[in-house]
Amino acid sequence: MSRSWTGCGAAGKRGDTMMRYLGLFLIVSTVTSCGISSSAAQDSTRPQDKTATSGSADELMGFINDQIRQGWTDNVIKPSAVADDGEWLRRVSLDVVGHIPPIDVVEKFFADKDSAKRAKQIEILLDDPAYVRNWTTIWTNLMIGRSPPRRTSRSGMQKFLREAFAKNRPWNEIVYDVVSAQGHFEQEGAVNYLLSQITGNNPNSNDYVVQATAKTTRLFLGIQVQCTQCHRHPFNDWQQNQFWEFNSFFRQVRRVDHRRYDPVSERMVDDYSELVFRDFTGPVYYEERSGLMRVAYPKFFDEKVDSGPAIDRRTELAKLMTTGEQPQIAQAMVNRMWGHFFGYGFTRPVDDMGPHNEPAHPELLNRLSSEFVKSGYDVKQLIRWIANSEAYNLTSRFGKGNKIDNPAAGEVPLFSHMYVKQMQAEQLYDSLIIASDAHKSGRLNWDESERQRQQWMRPFVMAFGTDENDEATTFYGTIPQALMMMNGELIENAVSTKKGSYLRRVLEKRGSDATKIRKLYLSSLSRAPSRNELAATSKLIQQGRNTKLSAYQDLFWALLNSNEFILNH
Amino acid sequence: MKLEVPQDMTRRHFMRHLASSAATIPTLEFISHMQANAAQVTRNQKACILMWMGGGPPTIDIWDLKPGSKNGGEFKPIDTKGGLQISEQMPNTAMVMDNLSVVRSMSTREADHTRGRYYMHTAFVPNQTVVHPTFGSVVSYELGGQRKELDLPSFVSVGGGSGSPGFLGMMHAPFVVGSNGDVRNANIDGNDRMRLNNRLTMLSLIEANFINSNRGDSPKAHKDVYAKAVNLMTSQQMQAFRVTEEPAEMQEAYGQNKFGRGLLMARRLVETGVPFIEVNDGGWDMHSGVFTSLRNKLTLQDQGISALVNDLRNRGMLDDVVLVWMGEFGRTPRINANVGRDHWARSWSVMIGGGGLKGGIAVGGTDEDGVDVIGKSYLPGDIWATVASALGIPLDTVHTSKRGRRMVLANGGRPIKELIG
Repeated sequence: MSRSWTGCGAAGKRGDTMMRYLGLFLIVSTVTSCGISSSAAQDSTRPQDKTATSGSADELMGFINDQIRQGWTDNVIKPSAVADDGEWLRRVSLDVVGHIPPIDVVEKFFADKDSAKRAKQIEILLDDPAYVRNWTTIWTNLMIGRSPPRRTSRSGMQKFLREAFAKNRPWNEIVYDVVSAQGHFEQEGAVNYLLSQITGNNPNSNDYVVQATAKTTRLFLGIQVQCTQCHRHPFNDWQQNQFWEFNSFFRQVRRVDHRRYDPVSERMVDDYSELVFRDFTGPVYYEERSGLMRVAYPKFFDEKVDSGPAIDRRTELAKLMTTGEQPQIAQAMVNRMWGHFFGYGFTRPVDDMGPHNEPAHPELLNRLSSEFVKSGYDVKQLIRWIANSEAYNLTSRFGKGNKIDNPAAGEVPLFSHMYVKQMQAEQLYDSLIIASDAHKSGRLNWDESERQRQQWMRPFVMAFGTDENDEATTFYGTIPQALMMMNGELIENAVSTKKGSYLRRVLEKRGSDATKIRKLYLSSLSRAPSRNELAATSKLIQQGRNTKLSAYQDLFWALLNSNEFILNH
Repeated sequence: MKLEVPQDMTRRHFMRHLASSAATIPTLEFISHMQANAAQVTRNQKACILMWMGGGPPTIDIWDLKPGSKNGGEFKPIDTKGGLQISEQMPNTAMVMDNLSVVRSMSTREADHTRGRYYMHTAFVPNQTVVHPTFGSVVSYELGGQRKELDLPSFVSVGGGSGSPGFLGMMHAPFVVGSNGDVRNANIDGNDRMRLNNRLTMLSLIEANFINSNRGDSPKAHKDVYAKAVNLMTSQQMQAFRVTEEPAEMQEAYGQNKFGRGLLMARRLVETGVPFIEVNDGGWDMHSGVFTSLRNKLTLQDQGISALVNDLRNRGMLDDVVLVWMGEFGRTPRINANVGRDHWARSWSVMIGGGGLKGGIAVGGTDEDGVDVIGKSYLPGDIWATVASALGIPLDTVHTSKRGRRMVLANGGRPIKELIG
């Protein structure tokens, strides 16, 4: 166990080596989590005889479901029941296309009697234009942040990703482009990833691409190395020399910030930026804590690259990262993707993998990663495997039989029920638009709706102002978020009763109060009200002090402000 | 002792009402109740103001100068009203240094921004399975619940970046405001109050079902945060955020800049009863041109810190309010090729004072080049234990995470002897 996992075997075997370690961890984790609850076996949330499928015929589904089931058996827990149609549809829509389902989709789905309708729905969502928008948003935020530094083009980054997700380009190709890109920040949008990571304006400084080094390992390889810049990693086995060997791949970059004369203001203003090749050969020099200077040559795990002048090091790095039987980028992507759908990946956090951090379900992670590679790094296929799984099909309600499966309390996730997730700011914004049917009237073009959404989120995003360009949001579950949801302009518009507004249209249609209340529940919570809810709500509407219109307005306001709306469950 | 979550959200009449109003229509009165106890100014309650220097301040140029060393830099030390010297860039602070002390022997290991920020705020090293509460949340948890008259959140962060409440729950999350004191979406007029009443009744009906559906803690946490937000919307205490209502000369004294206004707001919040305020000042990540940057920055620091100390003293509040000044780490004694200083956690300083702590002293020290601590060194837990003892929070307080892991206050740090009266 003491050997460095990064230092074992040939490049193509890296994954296998890592997996051997992970296998050991599986044994450890199984032992430590045995016997948590002996009473758990006695009560059942549902009979555990039949796998709850989505109707997918994919061969891999059996393996995925068996692996997860094994975890339930080993830990003596009973999985939750299958989520009902409304809960499942809402969740899968939020996760795949980034917003709740519109009411017409909900009603159509409820009416569909096909036993494979969930698998069918996943296909519909994967083909939805909102799929492209959602994954572009997710990866733009991951790569350059919600408030990228000055002279980075967010729209350039988005354009690159939008095209990539629209064509369902293989994930290794996307990574290849991002790591090796050069050129104009709007024409070659992939360069914005590195532009956003460059520190200062001196390419000779060791700081220049330190962040690019750390972020690239974290984001694409799922390994955290930022500490090894100065010393050996306290937990994983990365050494300081490995950091600088990896760093030396990025030393041939230079950013050029062009300026131009603006005749209106009669001043020089920012024009475009670009990432260009910089003539750099030989080693990188770095300082050990003892003060000793050392050299590092470009080396990726065990793969050395010529440090001579004729070599484009980033292209070499991009090749090394994206080829082989099971490169680390596949593991990292599978882990991150699983985490996206379940709220918890196989490791916690998803971007800190390695022998120091035992994954839950190592065999599943391993198999999914190699299948992902075999599929040609097909991102949509990876989503199909995850979203069609039995575990993803379950309700977020837990029972006595699986209440110990609680990763929020620090337990290793067993995926015996869905975990409640906070909605991302973008998901909430888009869902409010969908719920109030504002997406149909006056549909905006991509850039304009993007601009409005960014503007709405701005008060919640806070940049730390360090050279790492890290940021936090004050969005999730905070008082400012509650105030915005209660009193903000977006909500005011959503519950507007002006002529032509959604509420007005619902209320002007003929029908009973019950019908109208049902419509508002379906638009916001993707489910019909229960009998008790309907009775209580009708009473409130009929007894209201104000007009019926305003009583309905208050109901819709309450639905949109409810925990059930604001959480992804 | 093991502490339970205080039931502070159910303390109010209107909250009890909300909780039990599942399918009934409440009277209009309950919102007007909320104003009944407003405007009660609470003085002489214990509080802590954390001045957070995001990015890592070069304390070797501010609190622990090394004249004559190759690492010494461009600034000279000057005498102060206390028994220690500080940077010549801080002349006004020097005049109040009898109230403030400097711990010059911090040695904290974490020199990465994210890890350092976490460690200094929580006293715990980052860990994969638990999120430790930032210390403002700990104080909010320990003291906030006791302050029945406080409508405002008991942990306010001016400028943000103050970390997470971790397992103590979103009720103790930092409430982030900008230094202009503008709290968005919090103003409602009388008419809207009736509307709000109707809406909250509907809301509690819908929420209750979801809370009872066995999906973990987040549905209930949502309800609690909403209650707190309603509390805020209807409170007179919101005035505490309005710095511009201070006399012009007071605003001038603190400085018409983000840091100065933040400190002035902190003083107003302390007067209202808020036990923990963090004022964030960023831009300390000085990898290049450190002395040029410092000349600008320290002028504002000097003005703000000295104004705050003088103001608290004049109001008789200084003995009740602990002041802490720190960032995630210090910066390298060695000056780099870009005339900058890089990340350095091995030997650096934290300034601390007020709250009845001993002022005017330097605790510990570093060698002549500022590279190593001489003698005993201190960790963030020791700083927070010192703060806790000044605030009257028992040091044997234990918080228990949901998983049942017991965590001793301030990670078992001990109050720094020299500072305790």
